[in-house]
Amino acid sequence: MLPHKQLQTSFLRITTKESELNMSSAFTKSTARNIFYGGAVFFFLLFLALTFDTVSTLPKRDNSANMTESVVRGKHIWETRNCIGCHTLLGEGAYFAPELGNVYARRGPEFIKAWIKMQPTGAPGRRQMPNFHLNDKELDDITAFLKYTGEIDTNKWPPNIEG
Amino acid sequence: MQFKSQAVAKPYFIAAIGLFLGQILFGLIMGLQYVIGDFLFPAIPFNVARMVHTNLLIVWLLFGFMGAAYYLIPEEAERELHSPKLAIAMFWVFLVAGALTIVGYLAVPYATLAQMTGNDLLETMGREFLEQPLPTKVGIVIVALAMLYNLSMTILRGRKTSINLVMIIGLWGLALFFLFSFYNPANLVKDKYFWWWVVHMWVEGVWELILGSMLAFVLIKVTGVDREIIEKWLYVIIAMALISGIIGTGHHYFWIGAPAYWQWWGSVFSALEPVPFFMMTVFAFNMVNRRRRIHPNKAAVLWALGTGVMAFLGAGVWGFLHTLAPVNFFTHGTQITAAHGHMAFYGAYAMVVMTMISYAMPMLRGRPANSERSQVVEMWAFWLMTVSMVFITLFLTAAGILQVWLQRVSSTPMPFMAAQDQVALFYWMREVAGVFFLIGLLLYIASFFIKGKLPAHTSDTLATGKQRAVAEA
Repeated sequence: MLPHKQLQTSFLRITTKESELNMSSAFTKSTARNIFYGGAVFFFLLFLALTFDTVSTLPKRDNSANMTESVVRGKHIWETRNCIGCHTLLGEGAYFAPELGNVYARRGPEFIKAWIKMQPTGAPGRRQMPNFHLNDKELDDITAFLKYTGEIDTNKWPPNIEG
Repeated sequence: MQFKSQAVAKPYFIAAIGLFLGQILFGLIMGLQYVIGDFLFPAIPFNVARMVHTNLLIVWLLFGFMGAAYYLIPEEAERELHSPKLAIAMFWVFLVAGALTIVGYLAVPYATLAQMTGNDLLETMGREFLEQPLPTKVGIVIVALAMLYNLSMTILRGRKTSINLVMIIGLWGLALFFLFSFYNPANLVKDKYFWWWVVHMWVEGVWELILGSMLAFVLIKVTGVDREIIEKWLYVIIAMALISGIIGTGHHYFWIGAPAYWQWWGSVFSALEPVPFFMMTVFAFNMVNRRRRIHPNKAAVLWALGTGVMAFLGAGVWGFLHTLAPVNFFTHGTQITAAHGHMAFYGAYAMVVMTMISYAMPMLRGRPANSERSQVVEMWAFWLMTVSMVFITLFLTAAGILQVWLQRVSSTPMPFMAAQDQVALFYWMREVAGVFFLIGLLLYIASFFIKGKLPAHTSDTLATGKQRAVAEA
């Protein structure tokens, strides 16, 4: 036998012993498998139960009472202009431009509409927002959507008016 | 490679790497737009670049997962793939659908794209990561179902190992939870609540099964450690992943209008989410330390170890950093989130796909491992990309801490854009780190084209392997 083959065989023997010691023999693969299946099913059912509770108590918090047709149209505009690609809304989205969940409280409806209309600013080197050519009705709708969003009970988030 | 049909994995891996390159190029564009706001405006506004960046990430990882599944499931099942033709057909469907989607993002305004592609029939677009037009979403479902049929048939008629069962459960979960992307109620709170059933249930749920299965497969191959031991580890890791991760979804429900009790559920369970990732690190190192063979593919071993470490740092540590509700109140939706997102996606998912590619690609090209020269370049690429990603994460974290302080904690809070100006230095440094990442990626791609003398034997001893590496360097 070549020397390096011998070395390898003894190496093999050691590692076999070690691997026998690796985990106590009481804890077998099938125990681990049962914990996986049992844990996954149990916690998914718990998650469903919590979800059921959440959805049934949501009307108290989600401001759905004020979800007018204008708000629904506004959400459609929000989505089809991919606003989330730059802004956050209730903290979710991209981090390139200001939070808009509380923009209605921060700036008010007239500022919001005027701001959208005057884009892009064209200021050299500054971040630019495209002009989406929204008509007056669409501007009212997106503003209504932002007002509705601002009135959702978010457990007092964000920490201050700057978002 | 033991079965001819495993070869279908090859185009999947090649497409994954190509799209990865696209993702990084658009990442660099966005990084520059953070500091030179009007760069490429109006040709490529930030939101378009971001959509391309994140969607390419998702698509290339999916290509990687599918390639991995087509490679490892036949080998585990010890039989040929049910239908290699279907797998290749689905490859082209997915590639063409993906390419058309990206072209659509870049060529026409998003509102026009929405109109052209039937968004009015079923409004699903314009939500983060789920921006794809309806036909693309339907295409993803078709490709996923065809793949699941193909792979499930292969497993049903073949050997059922823990690795291929976990893989197929993960892939079924991936497809099922994606169906929530078609649910978009007008009620914003409900929309956001169930949006996470795709996003969180993917990355902190079923994808971890896919990740675990891929890692376990490669570790068995490169270490020769007894399958029983590796599969036991696999089950323990994914058990912890789901036990912590399912209720851990609650850490996304703190401030979006869901009941306040989610602050408790979400904080407690997501505080446990680092556990499976830590176990993954211990697992990878343990198995490599106890290895019974010295595999000539040292690069694949490096990727496997790297995945363990970086997944723990990115997903585990950087996730824990801002997951407790009282902390998240201040950090939610800041650069801290971005920092975590970058290292977690790279460390867990990008790296496990590269682990799989590193192991399988030489086999698919008819050799147990690449030449030493090729492997040295690949390992340089590993270190360049990984260290760059650590720096990207650190710079974004620094930017995030400053942003939180200036905008949310200070007694005279700054407006968003004023705070952004203050942290610009860190954005510049992030961009520099991003350029190094790109260099690493280019080296990685180059390593596939480097020839040289192939390693002689699968069971080389450690000593000669080391000596040869030293001699080569």
